[in-house]
Amino acid sequence: MNILVCISRVPDTATKINISSNGKAIDNAGVKYILNPYDEFTIEEGLRLKEKNGGTVAALTIGGDSNVDILRTALAMEVDTAIHVKSTRDDFDSMFVAQNIAEVAKSLNPDIILFGKQSIDFDSYQVASLTSELLDLPSISVVSKLDINATSVTAERDIEGGKEVLATSLPCVISVQKGINEPRYPKLPQIMKAKSKPIDTRNAVDNGNYTEVLSMEIPSKARAGKVLGSTDSDLQELVRLLHEDAKVI
Amino acid sequence: MSKILAFIEINKDTLKRVSFEVLTAARTLAEKSNGSFAAVVINGNSSVAGLTSEYGLSKLFNIESSQLTQYSSSGAAVAVSDLAKSEGFDTVLFGANATGMELAPKVAVRLDAGYVADCVGLDYSGDIIASKPVYAGKAIVKTKVNRSNKVFSLRPNVFTATIGNSTTTEFVNKSTSIDDSNLKVKVTNIIKNEGKIDVAEADRIVTGGRGFKGPENFFLVENLAKALGGAVGASRAVVDAGWRPHGEQVGQTGKTVSPNLYVACAVSGAVQHLAGMSSSKIIVAINKDKDAPIFKVCDYGIVGDVFEVLPKLSTLIENMPK
Ligand SMILES: Cc1cc2nc3c(=O)[nH]c(=O)nc-3n(C[C@H](O)[C@H](O)[C@H](O)COP(=O)(O)OP(=O)(O)OC[C@H]3O[C@@H](n4cnc5c(N)ncnc54)[C@H](O)[C@@H]3O)c2cc1C
Ligand SMILES: Nc1ncnc2c1ncn2[C@@H]1O[C@H](COP(=O)(O)O)[C@@H](O)[C@H]1O
Repeated sequence: MNILVCISRVPDTATKINISSNGKAIDNAGVKYILNPYDEFTIEEGLRLKEKNGGTVAALTIGGDSNVDILRTALAMEVDTAIHVKSTRDDFDSMFVAQNIAEVAKSLNPDIILFGKQSIDFDSYQVASLTSELLDLPSISVVSKLDINATSVTAERDIEGGKEVLATSLPCVISVQKGINEPRYPKLPQIMKAKSKPIDTRNAVDNGNYTEVLSMEIPSKARAGKVLGSTDSDLQELVRLLHEDAKVI
Repeated sequence: MSKILAFIEINKDTLKRVSFEVLTAARTLAEKSNGSFAAVVINGNSSVAGLTSEYGLSKLFNIESSQLTQYSSSGAAVAVSDLAKSEGFDTVLFGANATGMELAPKVAVRLDAGYVADCVGLDYSGDIIASKPVYAGKAIVKTKVNRSNKVFSLRPNVFTATIGNSTTTEFVNKSTSIDDSNLKVKVTNIIKNEGKIDVAEADRIVTGGRGFKGPENFFLVENLAKALGGAVGASRAVVDAGWRPHGEQVGQTGKTVSPNLYVACAVSGAVQHLAGMSSSKIIVAINKDKDAPIFKVCDYGIVGDVFEVLPKLSTLIENMPK
């Protein structure tokens, strides 16, 4: 099985966000970047599919030079190869990412392309669906259970109030959700070895952006913030406020 | 001048709530841009038109296809994008629910459109300007699409559904045949959590955090949720400890919710939790630590012990005159 896992690099969730001077992006000073947490599941699922079905796992990321660090993480988790599609600009959008993943996929012909449910920077929830459509492949998003038998694929995905069970066949695109597996931690010897492994570097195709950020702002906290104690009359007051002022009960 | 198509979904004898919101957003956008709007449903029937007329919808396209009785995202993408092309729609709106989030990008590719996901605002000033939260809600971006075709998905429960000038909705049947190559993925079964309101769909949510000390105390959360007619939510600490199922988790690695009322009980208010609930209309925090971060983002707070406060609050709400 020829497996392609797509991974992104995002600010650590605990990072404090400041807006850069152009007012359109975050200020990178002091921001710690990590492997997108969902893509730990992406890589793990790729490795498990290989363990079960044989084959190879290639990890792919689109971005600037600094993206190499997440490929090292993937190599330390023991993917077979790492591909870096290098972009010369960092204001690219999801369509740019999807088009470049599709380019790589055309050269590798994978049986399955794995994604995370979302990248926790822009929470775009779309690269998997975009890529599948560009490649004319079936896709299933937000998968929490995946079974592959020869070329037939059964997946469970989360929907409001339950789960959907879906059937498709390889080749296909899957985006994974927390719960699908328990990602492994890379071990020290593997981390060391990963440092000197080769990375297949390619140049990004740039067709321009489909969407454009006009401005980025820190939302104003316009909430009442009325904090009370916990006496009986405080609780009565809370119920009154919810009923009469907020009108939500 | 936008020509807008709203994708709407049926739920039993009515529409999904988010669909009324999408209809309203389409109408508002049409008004602002001096454009027009219509809607599309898959395998609906003419009774749906009766539900949409008070939203000012003049035309409802019905994609009639036996091939989609078992839903297929790739099949639906072909049908919706072909309709948009043949009828000349340049803007398509979806609800950012499980169906919409999967389908909208596919339709965008087929229309060579730019797509913005999970929008919390749509404005118009010469062009459509979409707002969406980024970095776990720590920032908001305003975005525009640089293509003539545009696709947006709208976060549920943020765009308020309001009725418009009532009109007769014309029901237009489009019987559609989809090439088999586009039906490679199919829904074979749906497993519903019966009898429970899902956090992602609930109007009111009561979330319990680690302060409850164990699963045996969650009846306090359930009782308050019941008194409010709402759903139970959980923090990740609670889900990771195995006290509650992952389906109830609210936050960055759980569900994104925006109910009218969100009551966070013994939840500290970590940024990853806030990411999932900060667009709620009214937030109530109950915590014994007056310095807990959750108080910084709440509308109303109670500094107190959930073991004492919750039973009293449940009783007060149960006894409210109906
Ligand atoms: C990548 C990543 C993703 C994450 N995703 C999520 C997510 O999706 N959702 C999420 O919730 N978290 C998420 N987290 C975890 C998050 O950082 C917090 O650890 C978690 O939200 C804490 O849960 P809690 O508020 O229940 O527990 P705690 O932080 O332990 O807070 C418990 C609170 O209860 C109060 N308390 C205790 N006893 C009582 C009492 N008797 N009465 C009243 N108050 C009491 C305490 O004062 C405290 O404020 C994520 C973390 C990371 C790193
Ligand atoms: N720059 C990128 N390079 C490679 N894969 C990416 C990139 N951005 C997003 N992805 C993949 O797409 C998934 C969903 O991201 P998104 O649609 O941006 O929320 C991620 O979990 C990754 O698998």
